[in-house]
Amino acid sequence: MLALDDLKVHFDVSRRRGEKVVVKAVDGVTLRLRKGEAFGLVGESGSGKSTIGKAALHLVPITGGRLEIDGEDLTRLDRRAEKRLRRTAQMIFQDPHSALNPRMTILRSVAEPLVLHTPLRGAELTARVAELLEIVGLSRQFLYRYPHELSGGQKQRVCIARAIALEPELLILDEPTSALDVSVQSQILEFLKALQADLGLTYLFISHNLAVVRYLCRRVAVMYLGVIVEEGETEALFSNPRHPYTQALLQAVPYPQAVQPDRGPPLQGDIPSPVDLPPGCRFHKRCPAFVEGVCDRHEPPQVRDGDAMVRCHLYADAGVS
Amino acid sequence: MTGPAPLLSVQDFRLEFDTFDGVYKAIDGIGFDLAPGESLGIVGETGCGKSVTAKSIMGLLPSPPARVRDGRILFGGEDLLRVGERRMRAIRGNEIAMIFQDPMTYLNPVFSIGTQLVDVILAHQRSRPRAERMTREQARDHAVEMLRRVHLPNPERQLDSYPHQLSGGMRQRVLIAMALSGRPRLLIADEPTTALDVTIQAQILDLIGELRRDLGLSVVMITHDLGVVASVCDRVVVMYAGQIVEDASVARLFDHPSHPYTRGLLAAVPHPGRPAASLSSISGSLPNLLDPPAGCRFHGRCPLAGDDCLRPPPISTIADGHRVACWRATEAVFPGEAVDAGA
Amino acid sequence: MAIQSENLALAPPGFAERHAGTIRALRLYARTFARNGSAMLGLAIVLLFLTTAAIGPWIVPFPDDATGSIHLDIKLQPPDGVHWFGTDEVGNDVFTRVVLGTRVTLQIACIVTGVAMLIGVPLGMIAGFVGGWVQEAIMRVTDVFLSVPGLVLAIAIVGALGPGIVNAMLALSLVWWPGYVRLVQAKTLALKNEIYVQAARSMGASSLRIVFVHMLPNCTSPIIVKASMDMGMAILGAASLGFLGLGAQPPFPEWGAMISIARTYLPDWWWYSFFPGVAIAVTVLGFNLLGDGLRDVLDPKHRE
Repeated sequence: MLALDDLKVHFDVSRRRGEKVVVKAVDGVTLRLRKGEAFGLVGESGSGKSTIGKAALHLVPITGGRLEIDGEDLTRLDRRAEKRLRRTAQMIFQDPHSALNPRMTILRSVAEPLVLHTPLRGAELTARVAELLEIVGLSRQFLYRYPHELSGGQKQRVCIARAIALEPELLILDEPTSALDVSVQSQILEFLKALQADLGLTYLFISHNLAVVRYLCRRVAVMYLGVIVEEGETEALFSNPRHPYTQALLQAVPYPQAVQPDRGPPLQGDIPSPVDLPPGCRFHKRCPAFVEGVCDRHEPPQVRDGDAMVRCHLYADAGVS
Repeated sequence: MTGPAPLLSVQDFRLEFDTFDGVYKAIDGIGFDLAPGESLGIVGETGCGKSVTAKSIMGLLPSPPARVRDGRILFGGEDLLRVGERRMRAIRGNEIAMIFQDPMTYLNPVFSIGTQLVDVILAHQRSRPRAERMTREQARDHAVEMLRRVHLPNPERQLDSYPHQLSGGMRQRVLIAMALSGRPRLLIADEPTTALDVTIQAQILDLIGELRRDLGLSVVMITHDLGVVASVCDRVVVMYAGQIVEDASVARLFDHPSHPYTRGLLAAVPHPGRPAASLSSISGSLPNLLDPPAGCRFHGRCPLAGDDCLRPPPISTIADGHRVACWRATEAVFPGEAVDAGA
Repeated sequence: MAIQSENLALAPPGFAERHAGTIRALRLYARTFARNGSAMLGLAIVLLFLTTAAIGPWIVPFPDDATGSIHLDIKLQPPDGVHWFGTDEVGNDVFTRVVLGTRVTLQIACIVTGVAMLIGVPLGMIAGFVGGWVQEAIMRVTDVFLSVPGLVLAIAIVGALGPGIVNAMLALSLVWWPGYVRLVQAKTLALKNEIYVQAARSMGASSLRIVFVHMLPNCTSPIIVKASMDMGMAILGAASLGFLGLGAQPPFPEWGAMISIARTYLPDWWWYSFFPGVAIAVTVLGFNLLGDGLRDVLDPKHRE
């Protein structure tokens, strides 16, 4: 459904007459999403996960590599390709509070993709929007309300309604529940789960919340500073993380239960800026398994094991079991 | 509660806000105690009043529109609601300190870290007798020592750096250093790690734990994250719409949640450590606090609600140190809750 | 999911339902506005001004006096029962001229502000949205205009074109539009980063649509506030030009022009310059108060 091949998104933030400074937000990411699956993309700030989502929809320019959606190469966007893209893939944004134009009624906001891509107008358009709202669990009375009159959870539902209006096949969800309260979050998550089953959607679920990703996604990839460091089936990855960063990440999440599992000291150091990338493995400065001479000189190889992948020197010769 | 006298004791606290649209009854009679050296978590969702409670303790709410209707906040024997601004100024920083959610907005971007830290330290000196006050030199040394304590790398050099040059985690460490520079007895932390990445959050929580042990601090940790509460707090207070619904030790709360809201919350949170079949959710939405429901404010969404819930529920002590404000405190598992075998 | 829908059978919602949201918002604005005493005063003054302009020709006692009739026998009379504001040096009723001057003043203010907006707003949006060298070019030209004191520039333009009310309006418009460019450009830049703009782009909205459907409606608040303040300043500007003899020419009953002649009759025949002066002051005050009031209402921080 979605294929990224060595995708690169670099931002040029050089000052006018200074030296060239490039932010390598995404630096060679390869992903394959199968139709109908829920794939999680996990990472902290600077990992590039949000940028990938935006790149897949051409909201940020793609610097290199290849993007393929539903079999069609969409790396370069011409008019026809763009139309195809918009109908096939849509995005749910992080902050529902600012994802809706405050001056537009819910009706107009949800109708917008329909107005842009279909000949529906007038009463038929209104009827279709009402239908979409019903799918997300909102009654007709919301049609003529303004965003500021809705709660966070309701706004996110409106965004979902808007995103599925054109019946896309791929939904990219960028932290859809991070701005919501816990009780609302569970409603939205359950709804997203059901929606995926009902409509056969493919999800690219981007989040920093590991618990949510574990709940919703069958496969997951962990990103650090623009590259994927580990990828695999969610359960396998969470119960047996291989990459030191994945291990640190899982260790750092506090459990909502009385007795915490035995953990080592937290990972030291700060997340480095994607401008100043360390040589060799990007994680080596903070890695508890750092091997001098290897990790700081050479880029770690991608070791594959069926569907799973680890990008680490530790597994290079060992032949992953 | 048995044991030494509490360091902080909130009793029957009632607070309202005068707004354009009416009177917003933010806090409706809450009470809890904090023992010396203890770490208490205040958990709740948006609008439950946890931040308002914290700010009330510090006296940071502007008095119109906020109005205290009732209650006392006892700290070391003094009622903070009645001591007057002068005494509060002496208390803030020297006895009770607070750290906030977004470090960037609480640090002045045009002054260096060192300047801000030294300013704060010197400000705290003002409430000491003249003979005991620090000089600027001493304050600077103290600042470096505080930065060292919060594990900021290169503390002497960092004194000259500006907030925007530091990462989020480092800024939060600076704020903690600032808060603890007056050697307070109580630290109130209002969502200190919500804006931080997971690995940085772990570092900061670890730091707070370490400082607690080394300095004998008592901590009030305000958060919406049940995981944070479970990992750093000894006891928890669960708030909903301005009321306290449950008050227990961490062990009791997670193993035997009794209030329907607490249970609903725990069942709605996906657990990072194991797969879950489904998440239940709490139907309905927050009541309008301009016209709150009578009695238990959760009854509109509660699966166990009955007619008597329109009257304020009694606070029953169902186990040692475990209090619940519910008419059905001892009811069985309610529908939708995921049954799990415990930790 | 088929497009067929049984909902077509439901009656289309009425006007009230469709616009319920807007009505609620307007009611909130009105309530907030009404609480502000000075804003209400401003509104009252402006309403008085507008009413006078509208019904002026029908209520004045001496309509001919505005078009140059001469009654030297009653020249320079102090205010009395017949001539409430006295008479001027050719015997015209000052009250009539002040009231009829309202119309002229309103015309000038509206046209100047309107033209300034028509030029300034689109330029500002283009500058903010397109960015790059287009933005640089537009902003630098704007800066040049803004660096010259407004009135001086206006005088220079009128001086070049010749005195007259049309030229005065032209000159003032040219002085005013840069202010709007600045305002709109800044707002557009801020709006570009809003998520709903990104969302619109992800749905395939063209740039034109984004600018007009998404950004422009969100710019209207600051534009309205600025426009209402500008009306007051435009009136002052027109009066100033008139005072210098560069705007309306006699016997046009324009307030500034009236004062220009009247000042030679100070202080003995004080009423001749007093009443037009008061008219200017009160009207400008009214628009300023109204603008302040609108800003307090429309400022998003207030809505919390």
